[in-house]
Amino acid sequence: MNTPLRRVSLAVMVLVLLLLGQATWIQVVKADEYRADPRNARVLLDEYARQRGQISAGGEVLAQSVQSPDPGDRLRYLRQYTDGPLYAPVTGYYSQIYGAGGMERAMDPVLNGTDDRLFVRRISDAVTGRDPAGGNVVLSIDPRVQRAAYDAMTSRGYQGSVVAIRPQTGEILAMVSTPSYDPNPLASHSGTVQQNTWNQLSEDDPPTLTNRATSETYPPGSTFKIVNTAAALEAGMIQPNSPVTAAPRITLPDSTTTLENYDGKPCGPGATVPFATAFAKSCNGPFAQLAVQVGADRLRAMATSLGFGNPGLTVPMPVEASETGPMADGASVAQSGIGQRDVRLTPLQNAMITATVANGGVPMTPTTVSQIQGQDLSTVESTEPDRLQRAFSQSTADTLTQLMIGSENNGSGQGRIPGVQIASKTGTAEWGASPKTNPPHTWYDAFGPVPNPQIAVSVIVERGGNRGEEATGGSVASPVGRAVIAAALGNNG
Amino acid sequence: MARPTAPGARSGTPGSPGYERPADRTALRPAVAAAVSTRRGVELALLGFAAVITTGALVLVEANQEQELTWALLYLGAAYMAILALAHLAVRRFAPYADPLVLPLAALLNGIGLVMIHRVDLAKIARAASLGNEEPAQEALRQVGWTAIGIVFFVGVLWLVPDHRTLARYGYTAGFVGLVLLALPAVLPASLSEVNGARIWIKLGPASIQPGEFAKILFVVFFASFLVVKRDLFTSAGKHFLGMTFPRPRDLGPLLVAWGVAMAVLVFESDLGTSLMFFGIVLVMLYVATERISWVIIGLTIFGAGAFAAWTFVDRVQIRVSVWLDPFADYNGRGFQVSQGIFGLATGGMGGTGLGAGRPELVPFASTDFIFTSLGEELGLVGIAALLLIYCVLATRAMRSALAVRDTFGKLLAAGLGFAIAWQVFVVVGGVINLIPNTGITAPFVSYGGSSLVANYALVAIVLRVSNAARQPAPDRRPGAAPGGGGQQAPLAPLAEASTEMVSRDQVRTPPHGHGHQEAGAGGPGAPADRSPRGRTRGE
Repeated sequence: MNTPLRRVSLAVMVLVLLLLGQATWIQVVKADEYRADPRNARVLLDEYARQRGQISAGGEVLAQSVQSPDPGDRLRYLRQYTDGPLYAPVTGYYSQIYGAGGMERAMDPVLNGTDDRLFVRRISDAVTGRDPAGGNVVLSIDPRVQRAAYDAMTSRGYQGSVVAIRPQTGEILAMVSTPSYDPNPLASHSGTVQQNTWNQLSEDDPPTLTNRATSETYPPGSTFKIVNTAAALEAGMIQPNSPVTAAPRITLPDSTTTLENYDGKPCGPGATVPFATAFAKSCNGPFAQLAVQVGADRLRAMATSLGFGNPGLTVPMPVEASETGPMADGASVAQSGIGQRDVRLTPLQNAMITATVANGGVPMTPTTVSQIQGQDLSTVESTEPDRLQRAFSQSTADTLTQLMIGSENNGSGQGRIPGVQIASKTGTAEWGASPKTNPPHTWYDAFGPVPNPQIAVSVIVERGGNRGEEATGGSVASPVGRAVIAAALGNNG
Repeated sequence: MARPTAPGARSGTPGSPGYERPADRTALRPAVAAAVSTRRGVELALLGFAAVITTGALVLVEANQEQELTWALLYLGAAYMAILALAHLAVRRFAPYADPLVLPLAALLNGIGLVMIHRVDLAKIARAASLGNEEPAQEALRQVGWTAIGIVFFVGVLWLVPDHRTLARYGYTAGFVGLVLLALPAVLPASLSEVNGARIWIKLGPASIQPGEFAKILFVVFFASFLVVKRDLFTSAGKHFLGMTFPRPRDLGPLLVAWGVAMAVLVFESDLGTSLMFFGIVLVMLYVATERISWVIIGLTIFGAGAFAAWTFVDRVQIRVSVWLDPFADYNGRGFQVSQGIFGLATGGMGGTGLGAGRPELVPFASTDFIFTSLGEELGLVGIAALLLIYCVLATRAMRSALAVRDTFGKLLAAGLGFAIAWQVFVVVGGVINLIPNTGITAPFVSYGGSSLVANYALVAIVLRVSNAARQPAPDRRPGAAPGGGGQQAPLAPLAEASTEMVSRDQVRTPPHGHGHQEAGAGGPGAPADRSPRGRTRGE
């Protein structure tokens, strides 16, 4: 009888081994799959059981987690946004079903408290018995500037984007995308509310969920003449008083295509005008010729040193790369020189170009985060200004500033701020399949005051704003830009 | 396995050369009974160890749940330790030579179970508080109460059953009562017997008992005594096929009866767990008694056929099987519990979330049937492996007692009970981790549930009783037994009859005096191995 007893003991061990095998299969081999399964509420509950950090700017709390008002809610904290649509392009959303966007996504490790920089705080929380909570993110956004930009856009019914940068630091003071959306319903603990909101937002036309400032690229139009001019100045090919063609239209090199000025009129009474005049009036002919003279390589190099072609840029939200396009032949180089053809950039990139001029030729890494805090609001890390490699010389920057002042003073001057000298460049960019009949995108790049610029801003109003085909950067976008600069300088009136 | 031999019997064996048992030091000091260590000190130390682990686990839960260590909790812990101390004293008094590992292992499982039940209580209380509901009764407090009752049963069994062989007298009674207990829920109206679809309960006012847990023990007692008496019935030669001896068809009767009972449980009580439990134990005991694997094969075949039929015709069995095949197919419905259990286990991963830091309460029945997913979530694979090994050791200690004890009834009894523990663990844990279709039974000692805890403490008491007999030096209270001769134990118990049969069979089969070297591996009933110390020593 002892032999079967031993065999039964062996069988018992085999049974235990079978159980261990299955447990290993679930807990080790398939563990990650099951853990990440959307139906596994544990990860989510953990996330919602901790107080997520807040996002604030200029002393205002933009996003915070509060105790769920419903006591039966199995998710303990509810995410709330103050002035949702105003800040949505920056804060993003935080949804149980649809994940997170914007800052909520980019700074998630800090906000949910798992970031390594919060490690010491976590230990001290554990020791002091404080509830574990996420870190806070303080933005460089200036609420006054942000609100001024948003109001200026929405009060006119404009669809587009505004990005404002402090030239010396690269801090983003405003990042607006209109029309916007309210992230609050997406953070609802009701799946139905989330779903309905998401479906509705996804079908919005014009789209609302996209952050135009960083995720959309547009043809820059005449604002790209800043880059073109910078490259030419650096190469010593032009001076403000250099005579350039005043012809209303020119024939593009290597082709029969002609390129005319915006209104089809000549740039001046004579055969030539000084370059400064051509810049102020934004005549296309001279810039097309200049671009050909500068050449594709130098043009692209200048664009690259200003931030083009960098797919890795984050602010800390990822930024779509701006591109100059291939510029394969003379005609396309000429067209690229006036910001058409295949040149595409984000509003953020255009603001960077403007800020670089304002900063004397040194681009700064743009960012929206100025501080990371522990849950007790103590500073964990402050963002230090990060200088990029100089794009052009101080004298080129000075010259560009003078040229841009000329451009600003040549314009209609709507919303001009008394006593504040602004340097600017407008742009009116054709786009789409039928560029002559589409209402153009209008741009306004500006910084001020000169000297000592405090803010550089880039405004794009899509589809001509309220002016339709008649729209120009000067008439549509510039009032928005000036309102933003005025707000930044504490001058609202 | 050298220890348990009775020195009296050993010394008296005529003509057995001394070199045949050199490893048995006890045997070299035959007359000194006191020299056989009782090893109660080891048991006490291990109990202390179990208490330390349990206390540590409790502190971890409280720390992770940010609970203060309250006096109530302290009393709870003190009560647990007092109960253990009482059990230990009872073992000292009534079964001083019992296996020193069995009680601490059971106590450790019980303690870890208590901690997890308390941890699920905390989650339920928090949930009730957030909903503004009344605070639910704490299952952990009740479980401590059940532990106390379990220890009363434990002590009672040790006290009232001074020799396990007396149980053999009540074999048929046990079998009958077991059958009644098993059948009762099926006969009773569903309102008194059905909980969550399985009719395996008897509800008596506020308390409800799972009679199957007690039936389990009674059946083991019954089968052990039945097989001792009727072993011939199962060992008569039939056809040889595939190198195995199959029984004659007309001898299949008892097995078919057992099969019928198992099927009836499956069909009328919709309980795959109890059915599997019952039939598995029957087959293993039959195999141990007959040493014929053919019984197991026949049994598995007819059980498989019956289970297949049940799967075809019984909705509830179909559901269980379809959930087993793909728990996520009906995630929001029938597969929810198993799916949640799998999510919990996976979230725990290798090392677990830590006691008190997981969310075991997301799984329905987190403290009873699915307590293993709760433990797996918070203690991880490491914790599950440790618990399974504890069960494994517990079951093999019972097997070891079966190997060591002298009488056939004791062997079958200890083997049956030891296997019952392991098999129940396999059925319940295999069910919750989706190795086999999920059933509705509890994990011994760990799950919340009075019937299970009380029955399993009684079970452990019987195992201790058998192991005590196995290790006990030759008792003085057998004046009638001649100190010499292999038939020493024969007049002891009512098994005399059975023993005689075996001896005679064996004598017919093997030449006298020439059997010593054959028995260990012999396919026969092995009676001499049970009775002759020499044969047994070699066999072990």
